Amino acid sequence: MIAELVSLLVVFVLAMFVGFEVITKVPATLHTPLMSGSNAISGITIIGALIVAGRGDSRVTSVLGLIAVIFAMINVVGGFMVTDRMLEMFKKKPEEKRS
Amino acid sequence: MNPAFIKLFYLLAAVLFIVGLKRLSSPVTARSGNRLGAVGMLIAIVATAVFTGILSWTMVIIGLVVGSLIGLVLARTVKMTAMPEMVALLNGFGGGASALVAAAEFLSPTSDVGVGAPFHINLTVGLSVLVGAITFSGSLVAFLKLREWITGRAVTYPLQKTLNGLLLAATLSAIVWLVVQPEAGWMFAVLAGLAFALGILSVIPIGGADMPVVISLLNSYSGIAAAMTGFVINNEGLVVSGALVGASGLILSHIMCKAMNRSLANVLFGAFGSQVAQIGPGKAIGDKTYREVTHEDCATMLAYARLVVVAPGYGLAVAQAQHEVRELADLLEKRGVEVKYAIHPVAGRMPGHMNVLLAEANVPYDKLNDMDQINPEFERTDVVLVIGANDVVNPAARHDQASPIYGMPILDVDKAQTVVVLKRSMRPGFAGIDNELFYEPRTRMLFGDARDSVKKLVAEVKNV
Repeated sequence: MIAELVSLLVVFVLAMFVGFEVITKVPATLHTPLMSGSNAISGITIIGALIVAGRGDSRVTSVLGLIAVIFAMINVVGGFMVTDRMLEMFKKKPEEKRS
Repeated sequence: MNPAFIKLFYLLAAVLFIVGLKRLSSPVTARSGNRLGAVGMLIAIVATAVFTGILSWTMVIIGLVVGSLIGLVLARTVKMTAMPEMVALLNGFGGGASALVAAAEFLSPTSDVGVGAPFHINLTVGLSVLVGAITFSGSLVAFLKLREWITGRAVTYPLQKTLNGLLLAATLSAIVWLVVQPEAGWMFAVLAGLAFALGILSVIPIGGADMPVVISLLNSYSGIAAAMTGFVINNEGLVVSGALVGASGLILSHIMCKAMNRSLANVLFGAFGSQVAQIGPGKAIGDKTYREVTHEDCATMLAYARLVVVAPGYGLAVAQAQHEVRELADLLEKRGVEVKYAIHPVAGRMPGHMNVLLAEANVPYDKLNDMDQINPEFERTDVVLVIGANDVVNPAARHDQASPIYGMPILDVDKAQTVVVLKRSMRPGFAGIDNELFYEPRTRMLFGDARDSVKKLVAEVKNV
């Protein structure tokens, strides 16, 4: 059991470094979409919400699971869609290429 | 199916998230990157629904449908000026969901978490609830502040830090209690309540213009909460994705703090901007005087300039003047005037706030210059239009060691030939300090609502 936890910790730390590397390259002009987009990614907790809600082993946990699924889905759908809306506006061709 | 194979789907999802974030490094590829992320999420959701043996589909389907609909409506209807509130709200939902998953896992009679579980598992539950609940309530407060449903100013009271410190200590004690005695289910409710209160009380003392840092930090928390929940349910997908978001939020918080020349601790505990000197319109402070300009004269200056730089701030968002500004820029460009935009990293209420607004008004992104690009250009700039920005253009930050914003990197608009400040009144900015830029001989004040003023400028430029 403790071995699982440790290997998850390894994954966590390495993923943080990957995150730092990738995110530092995002230009300031895209910081708002970065935030809403990464926010949608944190909606990954939907996986846990689905497992909990789908287990149906007690009334309390089912209700908690249901709310968790709703919250996480708002996060996922709202996050990705609003980011798409913003990035669509950024897509317009610049009039001149920045050197 | 062997549960180990599900992990391959989560791995695929994580890879798509990383590639998607990588594609955010350029506005040209960003949209496809975001869509890759969405595909990754879809894969993760479908794999979970199909392969984890869901027994009770009713709750799952109701949840998916209701959540998606709410998310859809929010994403479609939110105004670009309200994006900070939107992101704060989404952060909150993410954090809340993570806390709820951990809670349900702890209370579930069939999971291997909770009573009888080894201490380190219950420790992860405690941390997950702690971070998730703080994210949830903290984000709600940030949302209310940004909407101005509650005051956007820093709320302070005596012994605030001591009380918050005690609250944190109590919360951590509750976690220890739960780890030692997982049977005490009531302690779980206490922990959730304490963490919820901690989220509220730690965001309340943070003022409006520090919101970029707070939102970034809450963004980071929402990722950390998801990762913590990953530890609880032993799921690498959550851990990797949560860590990515955690890193992203931390980087943004750091960038924002650097742009204000303040430490994170100072932003979180400094209660910056709780005091405001009240100065009515038309009243100069002491013997200092300022000069007003008419719309007509300002339009003439603009029309005969070679280079005009627009320095927008939160006031632009409040007045929703971005489309009018773009219209004015178009007119000027037709007359052969070069128009650029100077974006300070903390202009607005969240990182990149101004860029999104101007992008909405179809300003090409290569005209948006960040501080380091535009500062050397002010010396050859004829007119700077400061629209709803204040502290980020205050020259006191450069030389006045007594100023609370001393040392903060600013837009050097005062080096331009003429500065026109569009402002509603002489009221000081968020930092609650007077702006000496307004009294410079080369500065002209143009009072009124930014949108009306720019509209009038558009009309006047047409007449020039």
